[in-house]
Amino acid sequence: MANDRFSIFKVISEALGGHKGWQPMWREPEPKPAYDVIIVGGGGHGLAAAYYLAKVYGVKNIAVVEKGWIGSGNVGRNTTIIRSNYLLPGNVPFYELSMKLWEGLEQDFNYNAMISQRGIINLFHSDAQRDAYVRRGNAMRLHGVDAELLDAAGVKKHLPFLNFTNNRFPIQGGLRQARGGTVRHDAVAWGYARGADAQGVDIIQSCEVTGIRTEKGRAVGIETTRGYIGAKKIGLACAGNSSRVASMAGLNLPIESHVLQAFVSEGIKPFIDTVVTFGAGHFYISQSDKGGLVFGGDLDGYNSYAQRGNLPTIEDVCEGGMALMPAIGRVRLLRHWGGIMDMSMDGSPIIDKTPIDGLYLNAGWCYGGFKATPASGFCFAHLLAKDEMHSVGTAYRLDRFATGHTIDEKGVGAQPNLH
Amino acid sequence: MRITCPHCGNRSLDEFIYLGDATVQRPDPARPDALAAFVDYVYQRENPVGRHRELWYHNAGCHAWLVVTRDVRTHEIFGVEPAKEVSLSEKTTGAAR
Repeated sequence: MANDRFSIFKVISEALGGHKGWQPMWREPEPKPAYDVIIVGGGGHGLAAAYYLAKVYGVKNIAVVEKGWIGSGNVGRNTTIIRSNYLLPGNVPFYELSMKLWEGLEQDFNYNAMISQRGIINLFHSDAQRDAYVRRGNAMRLHGVDAELLDAAGVKKHLPFLNFTNNRFPIQGGLRQARGGTVRHDAVAWGYARGADAQGVDIIQSCEVTGIRTEKGRAVGIETTRGYIGAKKIGLACAGNSSRVASMAGLNLPIESHVLQAFVSEGIKPFIDTVVTFGAGHFYISQSDKGGLVFGGDLDGYNSYAQRGNLPTIEDVCEGGMALMPAIGRVRLLRHWGGIMDMSMDGSPIIDKTPIDGLYLNAGWCYGGFKATPASGFCFAHLLAKDEMHSVGTAYRLDRFATGHTIDEKGVGAQPNLH
Repeated sequence: MRITCPHCGNRSLDEFIYLGDATVQRPDPARPDALAAFVDYVYQRENPVGRHRELWYHNAGCHAWLVVTRDVRTHEIFGVEPAKEVSLSEKTTGAAR
């Protein structure tokens, strides 16, 4: 199907014609009896995988099945931050590929995702923390990623209103990645969906997977609320429900599901023109184009499939915000919500084949999945098309826990609520 | 969510620290398949949707370890037992959960 190609000329011609010619952004097809590839999960990663699978790897006959509506999960529930400020060798090239894909994404899929490279600053408050960020910044620069170490005066230039003399956590400086920033999260899901649909991918909403059919150790199709659908290959991209869907094929994953809350304030005038993280106080914040302050903190910390959290975490996050920037004290909280994170045992994702032939896994994104969306989709598409991992993601193996090759950025061990 | 500690009564969530799944058990290192069993013990989780038995520590109270049975979809709590008693009763009955 050919949907509209968005451009200034199209906007002008539609304006003159009374906006009567716009086409739907994607079809609502009935499921076919079988597909070459089915991707379970119509979130950012699943839709991106379908998009690249069709566009870059030339696979036809693809479906994305989604139990709700596309973008109803974490791609529409995150705090929209993108960055590639990672330390470990298994992570740096992957997240940098993601950043590069973000930089060309709007032109690539012809959709305005409001990508804004407004920079991200991670604050530090002690000599030890400074050393850790120097190390991280150097690792990034050695891999060709931009990083800049700011002293307190340098941070003050960007964020003059922070509390620099907090007794417990005086701000000594920050590590800045200028290419980091924010993206309109829903538009990512919509842009990938529209792009995938234009390549002939069937996006099947309100279609919950209830079983995975296997024959002789090989996955052959999925049972859904809209009937059985056969598939040569099945890719799971189910975020917080990864364990639940994988268990339908008898798999146990190194994952716990946890709830993470996020918050947005009432709209105020432009105040924060970058992203700032206050790790010591469990708080990070940016400002949306509508003016709302978008912020969050830590996980609630216990297993949960409820898309809502509890009050102690809200109090903790707001205390962190007040410690960092007392100026926001009289801003009212407008909304808060929760999303379910597939917290892996080392805090890093899994993109790999499974022990069941024809069944592929994309999971364990913890609370860092949004920034990874393009690269995750690209690598998952590569894996599904070629049966081997893309070179930037070879570390994300499912068996790395058994072989001792965990990728633990925080160094806290097999304790998901601490990652 | 509030937890009713068997020693201290009904208390706020922020008095407690969460550890995780209470059903995993440290395998015997002398087992022939100990390596695989330890990988399962350390990394693999059922991560069920519904009732979950889990370990909590009453940090700002009696410092007891507790086994809480909770619905992870609704945060409803069905039972709180001292972990010590759970462990002792398993030893005497020889029952694995």
